[in-house]
Amino acid sequence: MIKKIYFQSIFFSFLFFKEAFAAESGGMPQLNPEFWISQIFWLILTFGTMYVVLSKFILPKISNNLESRKSQILENIEAAEKQREDSEAKLKEYDEIILKSKSEAKTMFNQTREKALKDIVAKKEVLDQQIDDEINKAEKEIEVLRVSAPNKINKIAIETSSELLEKLIGSGVNSSSISAIVDDLSKRNGDKYYGN
Amino acid sequence: MAANPMSQFDVYRIGPEIKIGAFDISFTNASLFMIISTVSILLVFNLGSKRNSVLPNKIQLLAELSYTFVAKMISDTAGSKAKPYFAFIFSLFMFVLFCNMFGMIPYTFTVTSHIIVTFILASFIFIGVTIIGFIKHGFGYLKLFVPSGVPAVLLPLIVVIEIISYLSRPISLSVRLFANMMAGHTMMKVFGGFVISLGLVGGWLPLSFSVALTGLEILVAFLQAYVFAILTCIYLNDALNLHH
Repeated sequence: MIKKIYFQSIFFSFLFFKEAFAAESGGMPQLNPEFWISQIFWLILTFGTMYVVLSKFILPKISNNLESRKSQILENIEAAEKQREDSEAKLKEYDEIILKSKSEAKTMFNQTREKALKDIVAKKEVLDQQIDDEINKAEKEIEVLRVSAPNKINKIAIETSSELLEKLIGSGVNSSSISAIVDDLSKRNGDKYYGN
Repeated sequence: MAANPMSQFDVYRIGPEIKIGAFDISFTNASLFMIISTVSILLVFNLGSKRNSVLPNKIQLLAELSYTFVAKMISDTAGSKAKPYFAFIFSLFMFVLFCNMFGMIPYTFTVTSHIIVTFILASFIFIGVTIIGFIKHGFGYLKLFVPSGVPAVLLPLIVVIEIISYLSRPISLSVRLFANMMAGHTMMKVFGGFVISLGLVGGWLPLSFSVALTGLEILVAFLQAYVFAILTCIYLNDALNLHH
């Protein structure tokens, strides 16, 4: 209802305005030719000046800016692409180097291990030989000692027994008879004293 | 003065009367707003084109977006042949847009709400397009009035209609802009008047209408500038690429 009144009032007010114009100035100010020439003159002046300045100075600059930005961005993209490719190639190279060095390290490790094993074996053999030699030597010495020991013991036994007899009897005893006895004893009890 | 919604379109002299011969070219409020519009256009686009950084600042972005917007509009409607006329259409669009937009500020004067201004612009476009058409196609440009594939019986009628429609171009172009501007501003003034006359009690409804109308008028201001420019492009397209 209120809206209706508003719209009606708008409608009527337009009618009133029409009357008012008719009375006041005879229509729209737009149709009053008093300042038409002035408007045309100033329009041509301002628009013409603006057109000249825009087309000669400003628009080429903007177009230039846009072009240079476009080309710069394209260049940057190209450079980035190139760098990416480079880095990919470098990565590949790096991977290859790593792989190569890994295999190299492996072979080196194996080689050194073999070498070390060989060395160890050789040294062991040498040592074994030495040990064997030593053992043999010692065994021989022992054998020699074993062989010579009864004689020495006999000798010692003869000397001690002769000394004992001298002290007991007071006079010297024929050493040959003593040695015969000792020899006899030692032969009989050889196993007892020197057996293994 | 305030009671009459048409008084906002009054042109009055600012300063002394200037006369060249019989012609009165006094500086008026219309001239003032033409100068304000052009100066602000030049200022905005000069600032927007001064520095060229890869990452544009706001004003540079504004200038470049307007540039690409108009460039796209022209290439879409008139093709690549219209490139030499880019600067003119750009100036036209910006001039109409800025005049319309300055008119939206209260107590300002809308340059484009005057038939004489829009008519001069439109007739300049009309004459220019016609000259371009005749230069490009010679008398072949007259084929524009003879569409192909029309029965011979209808041809005289069609040719007459085509000629009338061609000749009415400057009138339709100018009246469209002028009438839109004038009607919108008058409406706003009328609703503003209602706010006052209905007072605190009933003034709220016309006030809300007025607010809504302001938004609409800003849209119309842009749209009419766009329509003005795009119709220029279409006329130019007819002259450059003869389709008929």
